[in-house]
Amino acid sequence: MTSYQSILDWINYPDPMINPYYPFGDIYNLPYDICYKLWEIIGGTIAWLINLIFPGNSVSTWLVCDMTTNFFALILFMVVIFLVVFVGVLISLWEERKVLGRAMDRRGTMIGMMGFLQCVADGFKTFMKDNIQTKKGDNMTYIWTVSLIIGTSMLIACMIPLSDRWFVVNYDTGLLIIMALYALAPFFILVSGWSQNNKYSLIGGIRAAEMMVAYEVPMLIIIATASLLAGSFNIGDIVQAQYDTMPYIIPMCIGFVTFFLCATAEAERSPFDLAEAESELVEGWQTEYAGMKWGLIMLADYMRGYVSCAMITILFLGGWDLPFIGDLNNVMPEIVFLLKTWFVFFLMIMLRCAVGRVRTDTILNLGWKVFMPLSIVNLMIVLILKVGGIF
Amino acid sequence: MAEEEKTMNVSQLDAEALAQGGVPELRKDDVMFDAETAKMDTDQMWITMGPQHPFSHGLWTLKIKVDGEKVTDAIPVVGYLHRGWEKEAENRTYPKIIPMADRLCYASSMMYTHLYCMTCENALGLEVPEKAKYIRVVADEINRLQSHLMWLAAVGTDLGNFTGFLWASREREFWMDMNIRLCGARMTTNYPRIGGVRNDTPELFDRDIIRCCDHFEKNLWDIIGLIDDNTTFTSRMIGNGIISRERCANLGITGPAARGTGIDFDIRRDDPYDNYDKIDFDVPVLNTGDSYARYMVRVEEMFQACKIIRQGMAKIKALGKNAPYRLKAPTCIPEGRSFARIEDCRGEASMYMVSDGTDKPYRLKVRSPIFVNVSSSKDLLEGCRIADVPAIMAMLDMCLGETDR
Repeated sequence: MTSYQSILDWINYPDPMINPYYPFGDIYNLPYDICYKLWEIIGGTIAWLINLIFPGNSVSTWLVCDMTTNFFALILFMVVIFLVVFVGVLISLWEERKVLGRAMDRRGTMIGMMGFLQCVADGFKTFMKDNIQTKKGDNMTYIWTVSLIIGTSMLIACMIPLSDRWFVVNYDTGLLIIMALYALAPFFILVSGWSQNNKYSLIGGIRAAEMMVAYEVPMLIIIATASLLAGSFNIGDIVQAQYDTMPYIIPMCIGFVTFFLCATAEAERSPFDLAEAESELVEGWQTEYAGMKWGLIMLADYMRGYVSCAMITILFLGGWDLPFIGDLNNVMPEIVFLLKTWFVFFLMIMLRCAVGRVRTDTILNLGWKVFMPLSIVNLMIVLILKVGGIF
Repeated sequence: MAEEEKTMNVSQLDAEALAQGGVPELRKDDVMFDAETAKMDTDQMWITMGPQHPFSHGLWTLKIKVDGEKVTDAIPVVGYLHRGWEKEAENRTYPKIIPMADRLCYASSMMYTHLYCMTCENALGLEVPEKAKYIRVVADEINRLQSHLMWLAAVGTDLGNFTGFLWASREREFWMDMNIRLCGARMTTNYPRIGGVRNDTPELFDRDIIRCCDHFEKNLWDIIGLIDDNTTFTSRMIGNGIISRERCANLGITGPAARGTGIDFDIRRDDPYDNYDKIDFDVPVLNTGDSYARYMVRVEEMFQACKIIRQGMAKIKALGKNAPYRLKAPTCIPEGRSFARIEDCRGEASMYMVSDGTDKPYRLKVRSPIFVNVSSSKDLLEGCRIADVPAIMAMLDMCLGETDR
């Protein structure tokens, strides 16, 4: 990954910079380089301006030196990564509203840019709302749990690589780290539901914990199966292995359906949104959250949905590669990846359109008695394929 | 004996005490923690659903006692919407009560107006013109379709399927349009009059309503396909909220809820009013007594309503344009008592009126079907899960306007 072969070659790519200040993994990924170039432009301009007024000062030299550039590049890097993820999530939110609208014989959101600006309007609206909280609840817990839910959701959303050059870190256990972070939120949901001194929240929190136990296991078995096929837990390796052979949806079709439903449940999307089942539990564990807290929770929900879809894309649909079509690096793998993710999200939306909410015992039965055996059957099939030498 | 008692469930003991006609005693286990038996009443908690809760369509409260996710007891609390309707009716002249009767239940306004007019006609001994009778039948069935479609929409939201809600609402709009064509208003129609109806059917109404029926019968299958062919729906409906035929009859439950338990009774057929006896239709009855039976009865009633509308319109057309549709009724009703009952969308609605010879009623009593039906909530909900509470209560089709009056 030392050179780019895409239309993003507009950055006049220099020799690989050996940079001792960037502590995480491979620094030669695209967003970091963009940020480095950005700061070279911004910092350079500022330094030039300062130099005009005070010629020969040390501040302007400091602004363009290697270490400072690196420091500001890292800050810009975070902002750029987050903005890209944020826009991706907002687009999936918009997609859901529009597709749901069409399925229900209405227009969906209509404000600006085919309804896209509705997200912005909603953001402002929730921002302007009062922050109401319970008097008798445990207010510290109430705040930090929700911060952690939102924080972990944003963290995993940012940790999903968009291509083999657009990523934050590239660990060999990348998939496991994402899954571990993903599984954290239900604990916080349970504690948060408990802290609010509200019966609906408590029941919602308990339901979230129940569901997590039922769905983590089949999900992890399927992830293990996929990494067994690829021979690695590294996301890049898994995608590369699919590019070399075939998308894993073909050998793991059972696993795909199981993982899709588990991921829907894991993201707490309808029809598995028991923890916030509004018809019986008002808003479940979110009942007492008002204003921007609620808005951020909604955003975190969509981020988790986006992460679920991205995981499916990586594990089953060949990630950022278009298999059977040849070398398509020039099509911008990031766009390919996002399009695939939004397509999986579209399937989730269709599921939401057609199916009503499932009951708790049904959902647990499904998790333990259907998905669990199915994921093991999937593992068996993959083992036979592997032993048979097909992969 | 004492050993046995300890191992028994506390709610069982309560039930025993209640069955013997006593009050459940306060036991040691209720207030103190006993680690050995570890069967405390404190495991269970009361959840108050309502008066403002997404599942209560209107202002009412359902208190449920839950053991984990399981419901062990339920108390419905109604009365938040009490407006003193019956008392207010005593201070109004007879024609002025007609628009008030619309407000008894916004979903079945035509039925209550019709019922009130029938009560007055019974007191006067008026024979309504033939055409008015058929128009009332058609208007009632339009109203039944509207009400049932609103119930179907509510079922959609209660079960977490928003598509069902919007599709059913979409179909309802067509019947609303029919209401506008017939009487100029969408919901509070103010259409029947003492001695007939306000106006004749408008031009081309028969053509429009037959088109509407055709369209509706086709589209209802879509909605049924969306809701009914879904295992997530049927698994929450079949075998849930069971009530026995005897218990149902003892509680006085009427309407689709009763017909779902096998009680084959429909006032339209068994005690016909307003030419229902001259119209051929079926009364759907199912024996299982669960939520699904109540659902199926209502859906079948919608198809039957279309059948009735077609026949009624044909009869109206046969009577010709110039047939009378209204009699002039006197302002004062002579001293006496009168009674009328009607098959409302939700059950049997009836009115009992005492008149004292003036132009105002001395007393007007309304029997609301839901006020009685909701008393069955304990029988329906006991043993089900919290998630099923909205699903079961949706099948009663709550309407608070008429319940609290």
